[in-house]
This record gives sequence, structure tokens and C-alpha cells, in this order.
Amino acid sequence: MENNQRIELPQHLLDEVQRVISLFPEGKQKSALLRVLHIAQAHFGWLSVDVMDYVARLLHIQPIEVYEVATFYSMYDTQQVGKVKLEVCRTGPCMIEGAENIVNYIEKKLGIKDGETTADGIFTLKTVECLGACGYAPMLQAGEKFHEHLTEEKVDALIEAYRSNPVANYMGENQNG
Amino acid sequence: MARKLLLNNVHIEGIHNYDVYRKNGGYAAVEKALKTMSPEDVVEEVKKSGLRGRGGAGFPTGMKWSFLAKPEGVPRHLLCNADESEPGTFKDRYLMEKIPHLLIEGMILSSFALGANQSYIYIRGEYMFVLRIVEKAIAEAYANGWLGKNILGTGYDLDLSIMPGAGAYICGEETALIESLEGKRGNPRMKPPFPAIQGLWQRPTVVNNVETITAVVPIVNEGGDEYAKIGIGRSTGTKLISASGNVNKPGVYEIELGLSVEEFIYSDQYLGGMKNGKRLKACVPGGSSVPILPHYLVCKTANGEDRLMSYESLADGGFQTGSMLGSGGFIVFDEDQCIVRNTWNFARFYHHESCGQCSPCREGTGWMEKVLHRLEEGHGTIADIDLLWDIQRKIEGNTICPLGDAAAWPVAAAIRHFREEFEWHVNQPKESQIRNYGLVADKSFQTENA
Amino acid sequence: MSEQIQKFTITIDGKSIQVDPGTTILNAARMIGGEVVPPAMCYYSSLKGSGGKCRTCLVEVSKGSEKDPRPMPKLVASCSTSVMDGMEVKNKSSEKVIDARKGVVEFLLINHPLDCPVCDQAGECHLQDLAFEHGVGQSRYEFERRTFDKVDLGEYIKLHMTRCILCYRCVYTANQLTDNREHGILKRGDAAEISTFIEKNLSNDFIGNVIDVCPVGALTDKTFRFRSRVWYTKPMDASCSCDKCNGNAVLWMIGDEIARVTARKDQYGEVKEFICNDCRFNKKEKSQWNIEGPRKISRHSVISANHYEREIPKHTVLLNKA
Ligand SMILES: Cc1cc2nc3c(=O)[nH]c(=O)nc-3n(C[C@H](O)[C@H](O)[C@H](O)COP(=O)(O)O)c2cc1C
Ligand code: SF4
Ligand code: SF4
Ligand code: FES
Ligand code: FES
Repeated sequence: MENNQRIELPQHLLDEVQRVISLFPEGKQKSALLRVLHIAQAHFGWLSVDVMDYVARLLHIQPIEVYEVATFYSMYDTQQVGKVKLEVCRTGPCMIEGAENIVNYIEKKLGIKDGETTADGIFTLKTVECLGACGYAPMLQAGEKFHEHLTEEKVDALIEAYRSNPVANYMGENQNG
Repeated sequence: MARKLLLNNVHIEGIHNYDVYRKNGGYAAVEKALKTMSPEDVVEEVKKSGLRGRGGAGFPTGMKWSFLAKPEGVPRHLLCNADESEPGTFKDRYLMEKIPHLLIEGMILSSFALGANQSYIYIRGEYMFVLRIVEKAIAEAYANGWLGKNILGTGYDLDLSIMPGAGAYICGEETALIESLEGKRGNPRMKPPFPAIQGLWQRPTVVNNVETITAVVPIVNEGGDEYAKIGIGRSTGTKLISASGNVNKPGVYEIELGLSVEEFIYSDQYLGGMKNGKRLKACVPGGSSVPILPHYLVCKTANGEDRLMSYESLADGGFQTGSMLGSGGFIVFDEDQCIVRNTWNFARFYHHESCGQCSPCREGTGWMEKVLHRLEEGHGTIADIDLLWDIQRKIEGNTICPLGDAAAWPVAAAIRHFREEFEWHVNQPKESQIRNYGLVADKSFQTENA
Repeated sequence: MSEQIQKFTITIDGKSIQVDPGTTILNAARMIGGEVVPPAMCYYSSLKGSGGKCRTCLVEVSKGSEKDPRPMPKLVASCSTSVMDGMEVKNKSSEKVIDARKGVVEFLLINHPLDCPVCDQAGECHLQDLAFEHGVGQSRYEFERRTFDKVDLGEYIKLHMTRCILCYRCVYTANQLTDNREHGILKRGDAAEISTFIEKNLSNDFIGNVIDVCPVGALTDKTFRFRSRVWYTKPMDASCSCDKCNGNAVLWMIGDEIARVTARKDQYGEVKEFICNDCRFNKKEKSQWNIEGPRKISRHSVISANHYEREIPKHTVLLNKA
């Protein structure tokens, strides 16, 4: 499989995978799956079939076990997404504090709808369910970072910041302040 | 001044660092427990404290611990539930972000009490930045001899690590959490067997909420009896409340159980009243799953007594006129909010989060969402309201896990208390699109006579 | 070893039986037989871990046990609840059960296509039976139904995901009968689907059994010949010598031709002896089999009443709505 050869985590991340596996008893390496998928997604940008097959090999499990998990959890992307995912919370407490306006504003500003990616491949807009920031609503998550008490001005500023440094999706690696 | 047991040190600069935490009395409880107490002593203190699970169900923690099976030669596990995905709830995040060592200290105490040597914190994947804070604190705890082999030379070993979920509310349900921690889909398991008998990797397991576990620290420090003096009746101790919605000062508050709801909402020490001088319309006092209360049942019970922030008082009146303390996700709605829209919003949440294993929840949650959306958009009929009632009734109690109930209750409560507003959406479809119904009539006289 | 195992007495709709401890309510009901048996769409006795999901088998426990006679607060899944000594259970005699079961049937049908007339499973479909016996006449669901494209899972098996009720039986089958499972449940909630994720042949020797365990027409046999004349097939018990399985099967004959081969099912539609792919898909010549005689269809079914000779009765609930 020629393609698979290119799918390989760099050594420091392979070490991290080994560390995570070592946190579980012998033979329970499947328990590391969720975390390893986060590592893989952060590195490769999204979870293609090749990436998932690679993760299956790392953990000595069947590929279908990885597909089942990757498609269950909403944070994993099994389709390509933009470099920066803007995930706006749409649940009750955020809604009553104006989350819908924020979504509309981003849609207009970026010219994309919920679930779409900008033509330059930088931004994907996604509405998500409560992220545990209800008291600081409205809010969005970009990569690992929470942006809270959103206003249109704040959205402008953060979009500018990510546009010039679009690395927010890479969990655990680079982060925009 | 109200007592704080968990957040008393939270405003100290650098308290998330080991040195600062230690200097401020951190890990004293571990020293005390490991050096002067037996595991049974710790369990006994927790029983005496009357501590009840802070994850939502309010089950007495000491009793839960005493159910743990202890077969010879089989490792057992303590899992900390940091999945915190119940809409309206963000207190565990606050604790872990601000004062991560308190959780670690609680994990050591609780693991010791249960005889667990390998414990895990399962945190929702979206809290990855919190995971990193806790993971750093765990490393500090290892480096200072609070974790690992032979802690404090007592012969007690404990390994602790933190693992992320990846976006699934259902993984807060304890058996789904266990499945997830085994690297699987978060499908809740059938019970029995209960985790206390067969949990993680089929071994005896206890799952406790972050706040429950941190509460063990003051319980060991001050003794269970002291802890039990705080609070009211069977609601002992303090509780973290996550407050959101249309109030002046949303955020996380530590309250003594028994505080009056009125004081909590309106006093400056807490939420500081309604934002923009609006009137209170409704309140969901314990996270999205619990029944919504109309304004006239928020500060008073149906009997006209003061409603208190306690397990019993919030539940006073049952589902007819009461609600639940739940996870302490306190969501306040002002007169500008549309109950139909909010009910639809919550229904969408449960539809989105159903694991899909059992038919009533898998199919019923989506159906409710669709009917509610139709009503909200002004295309519904009066029959839709009855249909909704019937769907929620057929989900409730008939599913594998309580997510089905959690999806049904908010719909039932909204119809129970705000039926006129639903009907208004049907009868005034145009108007309902441009303005809100306002406050519903006070039905307390009727309920009194009923 | 003369020590007598203590037996538990359980009473279901007024009929009592003694069973071994550990027996489930459903299996106790099956031992009694007849009307007291709750319908089961996901439980499958030979598949470990199955059951609990569809909720059609819910029953009311009106007395927990002799020791603790309190009734259980909620209806319980009879397929995964163990009998206690002195337990009293209500199946059809409970209004609550009838009502809840109607609800479950309605839930199962809201996203089910109403294509019974063209479905291979018609007449053998447990959902059809269930709807007929326990359902309500009219669906109150007015939204678009969930649909999926049909997919081929290799040369033998076709997946019609739209019909699937997510009972998980085929997943347990692949887990327990084959050494590496290649299909599973993807996504979640009502978007969940059975799939291999990437186009893939299910190739394992025993994977064909997923067709037999599927309670509906979601997994079907692509080698099934003369589908158009499915109503005229006659089931014959037959056996062959096979080195992979025990070779006990049912041949579904049209005249002298074998239309398809399945394993033998009991009255609850369950296969007790699974057969291999070779027997199921590749032995379509009469000479390859030793025919034992006509199979008795003991299963209580919408269609068995018609001895497989006429078309599906027009009065079934599903067809009414089509
Ligand atoms: C759908 C669902 C979601 C839940 N989510 C959480 C959660 O996010 N955090 C939590 O601590 N408990 C949650 N629970 C409750 C747990 O199942 C469990 O009761 C709790 O973790 C026990 O801890 P405690 O006794 O300390 O409260 C949830 C329960 C259900 C049914
Ligand atoms: S009630 Fe819902 S979330 Fe719980 S097991 Fe059933 S389908 Fe899954
Ligand atoms: S395909 Fe058939 S056996 Fe598999 S889950 Fe669906 S209904 Fe059940
Ligand atoms: S509702 Fe948006 S963060 Fe909770
Ligand atoms: S047969 Fe019991 S729940 Fe499906």
C-alpha cells in the first residue's frame, strides 16, 4: 500500500502514543483509542480512512473498531475540514444570550453556511452543542481554545487572527492566544 | 458569610501550581488519611458527611462506595466523571481549571478509601485545554511523591491519569463512560450488572463526579460530622452551582445547600438579579434535563413555602410543581424568551446526543424535535401538542439509560406549565414569529386547590 | 452430585413455571409458551450480549420476588432481566405493557420504509408480525423517512440499511462467529447505520449467517434465485456433509430447483446451528443435498397462515399505509 507509507506520525507523537498506551494495563491498549485519534486528527488535519487504518495498526485492533468510534464522537472529522474549525455553541443558555446572531454574523462574514468550509480552506463553521461555557455565553471553540462573551467585534478580531495564523485545529500543537 | 469548602482558595494567585496549593494547606488531607486512617475510616467519614453525588442523581456517596465488590485478587477502579456535558453545567471545568490539585487530592483519598490502585479521570474532549492543566498537575503530584508507588512510605500505590472523550454527552452516563474509556462507542450498558460489580474491563468500579470527589477533601480534613452540619436536612454540605441565562452575574458559585432560591437569584452576593431589569419568566434549576419551573414556582413552592437550593426543596411538588437540583446547572429565562423555542432547542440536543441503541430514544427524540420545530415555526396544530405529550410519555421509563427520561422531562414540563404558549404558537403563527408570548398566568391558585 | 439445584418459580400472566436461577423472564415465558411470550426483536439466545435494545419485550414486574414483593417501578426488558423466586410478571395482561409496546412498534416503524410488497423478507419479517400483532393502525409520523442507498457487501450479501432496526444481531454474529469483524455500527442516534465504512466484501466463512439473524429484510441473500416467485418456495429440511459446518439446512425449493439455502430456525426465528457460506451460497444443486422432507413451519407468522402459497395478505398494517 503505497499510500499508507506516507501516513506516519513523527517520532515525538509516536512516543506520546506509547506513553498513552502505557497508562493502561497490559492488553488494554484499545483504551488509548480516543486519545490517539485526537493526536492523529491534530496531526493530519482529519481522519481519512488511511489515517484510521494506521491508528488500527498502532493499537492492534480491527479497522472497523476505529471507524465505529471515529463516527460516533462528534469531535472527529472523517471528512476534510478547514484549518480552523469555528464551533459555535447553539444550545439553550447560549441561544438565549444571542448565539444565533453570532452564527448569522459568521455566516455572512465568511460567506459560508453551517457545516461549510471557506473556499480558501481556512475556516469551517460548525454549530455544536453545549461546551460548558454557558455562563460566558455566547461562545465558540476554535481548536482547543474557548472564545467567550462573543460580540461581533470579538468575532472580527479572532477571524483576523486565525486568518493570518491558521493553526487552530491542530490540537496540542500551536494555539492562537 | 456563607462557608466555602471547595472554592475558598480559588482566588489565590497561582493556586493551580503545586507549590502554591501545597503552601495553602493542600494535600494535608492525604497526609492525614494515609498516615492516620484506614480506608474504612475514610468511607465512614464520607458516610457521616451525608455527601450525595454531585453528578445529577444525588445518590449518597458513602453508600455507593460500600456497594463496591471486593473479590480477592481483582483490581478495582475509581473513575472520575469529568464529562460535564449537561447543558447549563460548567462547574467541574471551573474546579479543574482553577484548582486542579484539589481534584487530584480527592482522587487519592477516594481511591485509597476504595482500595483502587489505578484511577482515571474521564474528561470531555472539548475540555482539552483543561485536560492539559490537570495533566500537568498530575505530573507535579507524581514528582512530589503524592502519586506512584509507596505514597508517603505507607505502602499505598496509586496511578492516576486523565483521558479525553471526543464529543458525546452520553459518555457522562457512567456505563457509557466506561465503554468509552475502553476505547469503544459510548453505548450505555444494560444494568445489572452494575459497575460496582462489573465496570471497567469487567472489574469492580466506582464512578463519581468531579465535585463529589473534591468534596472528600474537606470531609477528611474537617470530619464527616462537621461537613454534615452545613446544609439542610439530607442536603448536606456545599454545592457548586453553574448559573447562566438572563441574570446580571452568571458564573460558578459555591453555596451552602439550603440557601433560598430568591436570595440566590436576586442578591448581589450571587446572581445580582435579572439582567436589564426584565422579569423572571422561568428557571431550569438543575441542568437541561430537569423540569422547567414557571416564574411563580421558582422562589416559592406550590404550598407557598420558600423554595430552597436543596435536593428536597427543589423537588418539592414532584414533577407537577417541582423540579430537581440535578447537576446544579441553573438556567434563568427572562420574559423575552420563548419557551417553545427553548424546548425545541433542548429536544434537538437530546436528539443529537442519543446513542441510538434503543428504539424509543433513537426514534422518539428525533420525532419530538421535528414536531417541536414545526410548532416553533408556526406550522403546528393543537394535535401536535398532544402528540408530543404522547411521544415523551412513551419514551420515559422505557429506555436503557436515563437519557430517554432526560429528553422526555423537559418536553413534559414545558407543556405542563406553558401549554398556553404552545397553543398561542398554533393560533397566532405569524405573531409568534415576531414576538414572544410573555409571562404565563400564575396558576398557583389552581394548584393550591387541586 | 445429587444435590438438587434450587428452582425459581415465576408466574407470567397467571401461568407458573419453575426455572433455573439465572433464566431470563423471556426464556421462562418461552418455556411456558403461547400468549405469555413477549415479542423479541433484538435478543437472540445464541448471541452473547444480545438483547435489551429494541424494547419490544418490555414487561411489568408486579411482584419482585417472594423475599421482596415490591413491584418494579419501571417496565423491564424481559430478555435481559433474570427471574427471581416468586416473581410475578404481566405481559399481555398489563395495560402499561400493551401501551408501551404500541409505542415501541410505532417508533420502530417511523423510519421504516413501507415496501413490504417488494421486500425479500416479507412473510418472514419479524417487524411485520410485530406490527400486525402489537401495532397501531395509523402512523402519526408525518416527516420524511430516513433513507439509505442499497449496498453490496460483497458477492453474497446485500444491505438495505433503510430497513434496519439496529438490533445489533449481525454485529454480534460477526463478532462471535468470525475471527475478524468487518462491518459494524457507524455514526450514532438515528443516523446510526450498519456499514463496512469503506466498500468492502464481507468474506468470512460464516458471515452469511447475518442474513438469518436479521429480523427484517436489511441483510439479504444475493444468490437467492427466482426472487420474483418467492411466494411459491417450499421449505425442505436437508443436510449435506460439510467440513466447515454440520450441514443441516433448509432448502427453499421451487419445483426441483433450489432458490436459496438458509439455516434452520426455531419457532422464535432463531438459528441454533449456524451454517457456512459454502452451504448457503454455493450448493444450489439438489444432488449436493440429502433432502429429509418438508420443513414444518411452526413459527407464528402473518404469512405462515397462508402456507407460503398466496401473496402477502392485504390486511396487514404495513400495507394499509403503503
Ligand atoms: C445522559 C447522562 C449524562 C450524564 N452526564 C454526567 C456528567 O456529565 N457528569 C457527571 O458527573 N455525571 C453525569 N451523569 C450521571 C452519571 O451517570 C453518574 O450518576 C455520576 O457520574 C455519578 O457520580 P456521583 O454519584 O458522584 O454524582 C449523567 C447521566 C446520564 C444518564
Ligand atoms: S436511552 Fe438513548 S442514549 Fe440511552 S441507551 Fe437508549 S438510545 Fe442510547
Ligand atoms: S442489519 Fe439486520 S441484523 Fe443487522 S442490525 Fe440491522 S436489523 Fe439487525
Ligand atoms: S449552552 Fe453554550 S456553552 Fe453551554
Ligand atoms: S428483545 Fe428484549 S429488548 Fe429487544
